This record gives sequence, structure tokens and C-alpha cells, in this order.
Amino acid sequence: MKLQEYTSSKGNFEECMKCTVCTAYCPVLQVNPLYPGPKQAGPDGERLRLKDPYFFNKALKYCMNCKRCEVACPSGVHVADLIQAARIKYDTTPPKLRDQILASTDFMGSLARPFAPIVNGVTGLGITKTVLDATLKIDRHRTFPKYSGRSFEGWLKRHRKEQAAFPEQVAYFHGCYVNYNYPQLGKDLVKVMNALGIGVQLLDKEKCCGIAMITNGMSQSARKHAEHNVGVLKKAVDQGLKVVTTSSTCTFTMRDEYPSLLDVDNSAVKDSLLMATRLIYEKLEKGATLKFRADYHKKIAYHTPCHMEKMGWGIFSEKLLKMIPGVEFVMLDSACCGIAGTYGFKKENYEASQAIGAALFSQIESVNPDIVACDCETCKWQIEMSTGYPVQNPISILADALE
Amino acid sequence: MNPNEFDVIIIGGGITGAGTQRDCAMRGIRTLLIERSDIATGATGRNHGLLHSGARYAVNDPESARECIEENMILRQIASHCIDETDGLFITLPEDDLGYQQTFVDACRQAGINAEIIDPDLARRLEPSVNPDLIGAVRVPDGSVDPFRLCAANMLDAKIHGGQVRLHTEVTGFIREGDTIRGVHTRNRLTGEQADYYAPVVVNAGGIWGHHIAELAGVNVGMYPAKGALLIFAHRVNNMVINRCRKPSNADILVPGDTVCVIGTTSTRIPFEECDNVAVTPDEVTLLITEGAKLSPALESTRILRAYAGVRPLVSADDDPTGRNISRGIVCLDHESRDGLKGLITITGGKLMTYRLMAEIATDAVCRKLGIDKRCETAVTPLPGSEEKSYEAVAQKIWESPSTAQKAAAARMGTRASRIRTSDRHDEALICECEEVSVGEINAAIDRLEVTSLTDLRRRTRVGMGTCQGGFCTCRAAALLAKAHGSVEKERADIAAFLQERWKGNFPIGWGDTLREAEYTQWVYKHVLGL
Repeated sequence: MKLQEYTSSKGNFEECMKCTVCTAYCPVLQVNPLYPGPKQAGPDGERLRLKDPYFFNKALKYCMNCKRCEVACPSGVHVADLIQAARIKYDTTPPKLRDQILASTDFMGSLARPFAPIVNGVTGLGITKTVLDATLKIDRHRTFPKYSGRSFEGWLKRHRKEQAAFPEQVAYFHGCYVNYNYPQLGKDLVKVMNALGIGVQLLDKEKCCGIAMITNGMSQSARKHAEHNVGVLKKAVDQGLKVVTTSSTCTFTMRDEYPSLLDVDNSAVKDSLLMATRLIYEKLEKGATLKFRADYHKKIAYHTPCHMEKMGWGIFSEKLLKMIPGVEFVMLDSACCGIAGTYGFKKENYEASQAIGAALFSQIESVNPDIVACDCETCKWQIEMSTGYPVQNPISILADALE
Repeated sequence: MNPNEFDVIIIGGGITGAGTQRDCAMRGIRTLLIERSDIATGATGRNHGLLHSGARYAVNDPESARECIEENMILRQIASHCIDETDGLFITLPEDDLGYQQTFVDACRQAGINAEIIDPDLARRLEPSVNPDLIGAVRVPDGSVDPFRLCAANMLDAKIHGGQVRLHTEVTGFIREGDTIRGVHTRNRLTGEQADYYAPVVVNAGGIWGHHIAELAGVNVGMYPAKGALLIFAHRVNNMVINRCRKPSNADILVPGDTVCVIGTTSTRIPFEECDNVAVTPDEVTLLITEGAKLSPALESTRILRAYAGVRPLVSADDDPTGRNISRGIVCLDHESRDGLKGLITITGGKLMTYRLMAEIATDAVCRKLGIDKRCETAVTPLPGSEEKSYEAVAQKIWESPSTAQKAAAARMGTRASRIRTSDRHDEALICECEEVSVGEINAAIDRLEVTSLTDLRRRTRVGMGTCQGGFCTCRAAALLAKAHGSVEKERADIAAFLQERWKGNFPIGWGDTLREAEYTQWVYKHVLGL
């Protein structure tokens, strides 16, 4: 008798056993009854959509793409990929002006940077927030990330020579946030890398990873960015360089979303692209050492970003922070903070976003740390806005604690 | 007047019986339909669900081909909510004779079937799942049809026109006066209750079981049981019907139906004793996968949901052992002129595709016997649910912004979806998550469509037909049935019977994800729920 040796389906949707554990883990479903939930929107919906795109449900836009369903799934179904792929394929509504603005992080950054003091002043005004809320439906409660007057790229270019002098080299995908909003994080990375005897260099003109475009219905633009980035990453990899990052979402996007959602082949670069915390941890494992200040004493609560959990790399940040002698480490419960990039900025999602993060916020308040540590800039904005506690990237904490 | 007296009694709740009852009822005849099990349990519900263009028969059986294309065009008008207008391809593979293509196309055109030779490249673009090695392709107006829905809609329309229905009721014998049939003795198979019904005309529409019914009346109809096995794949691999352009053979039709696709069939002669319990053999599964992969290579690695088999009610015409060369033509026997037995008509042969024509022929014969002079209107009157052309239009009229479940309900029920109560959120809760069937839709079926068990409910709503094969919907649907029928204990047994029936279809292809799912279901019901 002939048996099938194996069966396969797009995003493994046929492997769904309907156990519904993804639905139990979905942070959106717990606060927004309009969302059909990951199982319904993913593998179940896929069978109907294959019959007729008419069965596509616009409520799939409520998916935050946090991927917690995929972490929960015992059958290896790419639940969130199925949902995002369906949105890319079937949602024909053109993105709103607001969504285009929110998604174009590098374009907006390059526009705003030269006028940073003015832009920061204006976006911080109550009247601006009220106007943005009323016109573009960007929620008034949100605090906009400040723009930096000088870009990180410019800074590192000025230090090119001294960096090139280090015997070992890495390339750094800094992302929009480090370049336009917070160059200090990039400088902190350089400090830590240098302490390990490693010089940091730029890629040959990186672009935004494109995650905000993917989730805002601009997959064409996202694909262009992906192709460009895979090209520049490959240049670095071909020179034998590892590429490090400090943003969990940029990393996750380039490693996993490029092939699965944008059909961009990244196999030549995927294994060389990793979070700086992972590279540092591996170096220390192999005998490298870092010297820490004796007077560094901080209570640090670590929040694992959802995409970090999906990659399974939270452990590296945790281990590094625990390695600092003066750190009292508290691991926060696994939970989504609710921001999901641009999702929480939208007026229609604000309440859901805050409700999703509520448990995390109250846990942080009861822990009462000096610093919340987190590898994602949008989690940082959300936690800072919602709790008032300062949030730092583990790399910045390492840099601060170094002798 | 005796409530057990009718103008005509129709035996058999397959598509032929239901269609005949509808036609009779629309002509003002008082009808009773008797079915020993549920509607569409025989050959009606055990086929491809192919809306034949007739092309398959064009070369060998031009008369059937002509009937098919005519009925095809009629069903598109009167049964839109049961039909998916997919079109079909007849593909020629390198091992096939490309010369046959012209013979085939000529025969199609002769029969009035719009068959168009298209470039293999175009075929690959139209149907990306098709075997890319094809060297020829013909496009024909094939489609798919949901036989359960079609049968239920005919029964419902008969009821709307005053017809009565007794399901799970078996004919145990005929009431006979001399050379005249006066009625039937029956027994309810669920309650054991016996009853006699009277009518001047009885129509035997029992499909393959019509052989036995004729025997009860003392006449002989030479039926020929030919088993056909099929496999259901867990999702739609193809969106157009794919056929092989060669003489009809085994496993050479792949039909997309609702959320699945079906490959079939085989053809094996079986003894009458096996008709009630046909099983799919390992050899048949092997044949279906191997030949199916030639139509669409993806089948080789696509999850299989179930295997099932039906028995074609062919009427013996010659001694061909395979049954492939027997005409699929319609046979209407008036046993008065044929056997000297008054008041009995047998309608058989034919196919799902030509059920309406068969019903028209049988009803004409009934009318002649009753002295009624009314024209058949079933070819121009839409079935209940089919008043709109598309489910998009239906959903748009009922709901402002329909959810996926509401869209799916509109696709299943047609305009009858407006009967789904949506008064509270409970009505919108999903019973079947795989196929998106809501509480409201289940209750609408229980209200109007003669549901006694979960299996009956499945035929009317697709509950339990999805990939979980009843794992999640069974207990939820059972709760609604228990509430409607006021019997919890009965539903307990019903759950077991339903899951057993689902497993029966999983068993022949019990490997991979389908086996994993079945194990999971067993674990839930046996170990968690303690049933």
C-alpha cells in the first residue's frame, strides 16, 4: 500500500490540530473581541481563503504580529505568518496617509533629523497631539520618540579609522531608531565591542528593515527594502564579517520575515545576522572577558520582547545582565507590552494596546526596579510612557557598567 | 380524510427521490417521501460532487453528454447556492494520445458542450496546481455541486409545497390488492414504530436499494452495483476541475468542493450484500494517490482527510464486468406496462447531474397515472436559497459588514441565511471552527431540515467535515441537539456514533496529521471528557 512519506502545506497550516493553544496565548484576543483569534484567522481562515479571497476577514488587521501564537503552537504552524501573508495578499485597501507616515521610519527620520529641536518641540506639544489625534488618528496619549540632531551613521563615519584599527571586526545594522532617534545606543555598542577588542563598522548603506511597512499594507516597499538589505548584508558576510544588531524586531524581520512574508531569500546571510547580546555572550563563553565597575549597583527587571521570544534569544540578554556583579536581576513574566511597533500608535488600537500591557506594567510597578531592560525600542516607548520607569537596552546597561 | 393517505409515495431520500417529491409537490400532488436512513446517504452523497459538463461522456455516450450539459445550465440557474462555477480542464499528459483531443472536442461540440482547446501554458496559469508536464488542455464548463445541500433544498421545497417527509423509516412491504399496489408498510428504524401509508402511485427511487424494493413488490429490476472509491484532501489544491483527456478510467477526476478537493474514482463490481457496508481498500487508496498525482503532483504530499466509497445504481444493459461502458442513461419503468403491476414506477439509472430530468420524467409518469395535466416548472423555479446568483450578494443584503462565518453561511445556505437568528452574541458563537458554522446556522437547520442526529446535521451544515473531523464541534453541536430534542442521554450515544463514523473515513488513510488529529480527538473525548 502506498503511504504518503510526508505532507506539506503553506505555513504548515495543515498541521494544525485545532488544539487552540495559540488562541489562549493571543494577547489581542483577550482584549479585543473583534479579532477572530490566531487559529481562526490563520489555519482555519486559510482553507476558506483558498476557496475564495472573498472569505478574507478585514479584522485580521488587529493581529499585532507578535508571534506569540507561533511560540505557543506545538505543531509548528506558522500562524502569524499565515495571517500577515493573507493581509499582504488579500487586503487591497490602500494604506492610509497615517499608516504610510508611521511606516516610513527612515524617510521620516531623514526629514526630521536636520530640524530635530523644532520637530521634537512641536511633536511634544499638547496641541500637536490633539491635532494629530483628530486628523491622522494617531492617539493623543502617545509620546513621540525624540529625533537626534546628529545621526549615528555620521558619528561612526567620523570614528572609522580608530574602529578599523581593531584586529577583529563586526558590521552593525543599527536600524532607524539608533540612527535618527537615539545614537547613544549605537555608541554604547561600540564601547562594549571595543572592550572585547572588536571594531565596529557600518554596512554599505542599510535601509529600514521594513517591518512597519509589512504591517501597514506596504509590502511592495518592504520587499524593495528587504532586497536592498540582503544585498548589503551579503557584502559584509562575503568579507567574513558577522552582522550585529541591537533591535530584536529588526533582527527578527530580516532573519524570518524576509523569506516567509516577502519571499526574499536571505539564506546567504541569515546565520551571520545576530543580536549583539548573542555575539557577546558567545565571545565570553569562549574566554573573552569584560571588566565591570565595582560601584555599579542597580536593580534591573528584564522584559523579553515578543520577537526575542520567537527567536529564543532572550536568554543571552538575561545571562549578560546577570553577569554584571552589582546587578539585582528580576525576570519579568512573559507578556506582550501591547505596543507592537506602530500598532499602539493608532487611535483605534490605543485602548487594546494599554489593556494588553496592563499586567506587565503592574508587575514592573510592584518590582520597582531602577531600570527596566529590554532589547526593543518600541517596547521601551510603551513601558516608559505607561509606567514612568526608565527603559534601557541591555547593551547600554553593559556599557554603563563597564570599567 | 385519513392522514396516512397521499396521492403519491416516493421511496428513497436521495437526490432522485427528493427531486421527484419537489416536482410532484409543485404540481399540486400530495406527496410523502420515505427514506430508511437520512437524505443523501446513498450514491447521492458519495460521489465527486462534480457538476458534469457532459464532456466525460461525450465520446462514448453522447445522449448522457447532452443531458448533462442541458442540466448543467439549468442547475446554474435554479441551484446557484449549491454550485461552484469553476470550469474544468481535460488535460493530455505525455503518456496519453494527443490525437484523442480532437475526437474529444468534436464529440463535445456535437453534444452542445463548449469545449475549447487552450495552450498548455494558459492551462498552467489558470490552474497552477495542474501537472506542469501536460502537453494539451481543453477547457469545459465543469463545476462542482454540493449534493447534500442540493438534496436538502429539494426536500425543503417539497415541504414548502405541502410535501411530507419520513426519514429513518424503512419500507418493509407493499400493500397489494390483486395486481395493484395500494401503499406501503413501514417501520421507523429509530423508534421501531410501524405505520401503513396509502397512495394510488408509489415511486421507487431507491437507487441501488431500488433493486430490493422492486423485489418486495414482486418485480425484478436488474441493477448493477459498481463501487467507486474516493479520497478527500484537507484543502483546495485546485480551483478548476481537472480531468484526463482520454477514455474514462480510474482516478482521473479531481474536483474542488467547498474547502476540500476530491479525487476519484475506482469502479469495481460488488455483490448486493456489500452495498450497505462498502469499505475502501488499501489498493484503492494506492491507486487514487498514484493516479491523482498525475493530475496534480501536489496531491502526493497533501494531507488526506478521508476515504469513502459509494455504489452507483447502474442498470445492467450488457455483460461488461467493469461497468464503465454501461450507459449512465435514465431508466423509468412503469411496472404496469412492463410487469402488469399497477401503481408502481421505478426511476433509476441516471446521475446526480440529471436528477432534475429524472424527477421530471418520473413526475410526468405519475401525472399520467393520476390524470393530472400540469407542466413541470422545476427547470425555471429556483430552489429555496438560490434566489440570488452569488453568496456575495446574499451576504451583502443581510449583513452590513459580514464576518467570515456569515459569509460562509451565505455560501452554504444562500438566501436562506437570512433565517439565521442573530439576536444575541450566543447565536454568533462558532460550533464548527474549521468550516465556520455558527450556533444560529445549526439552529436554523434543526428547525427546518429534519435533523435527528449529528450525522444528519453534518450533511446539512458541514459540521464535522473540516480538518478536525468532529474533534471540537461534536460536543458543542450535541448540546444544541440535546436542547432541541430534550434528550441528553440520546446525545451521549449520538456523540459516540458520530465520532465512530468520522473515524471510519479516517481509518483507510490513517497516517500523518490525520492520524495525529484522530488520536488527539480520542484523547479529548475518552480521557478528558470521560465518554
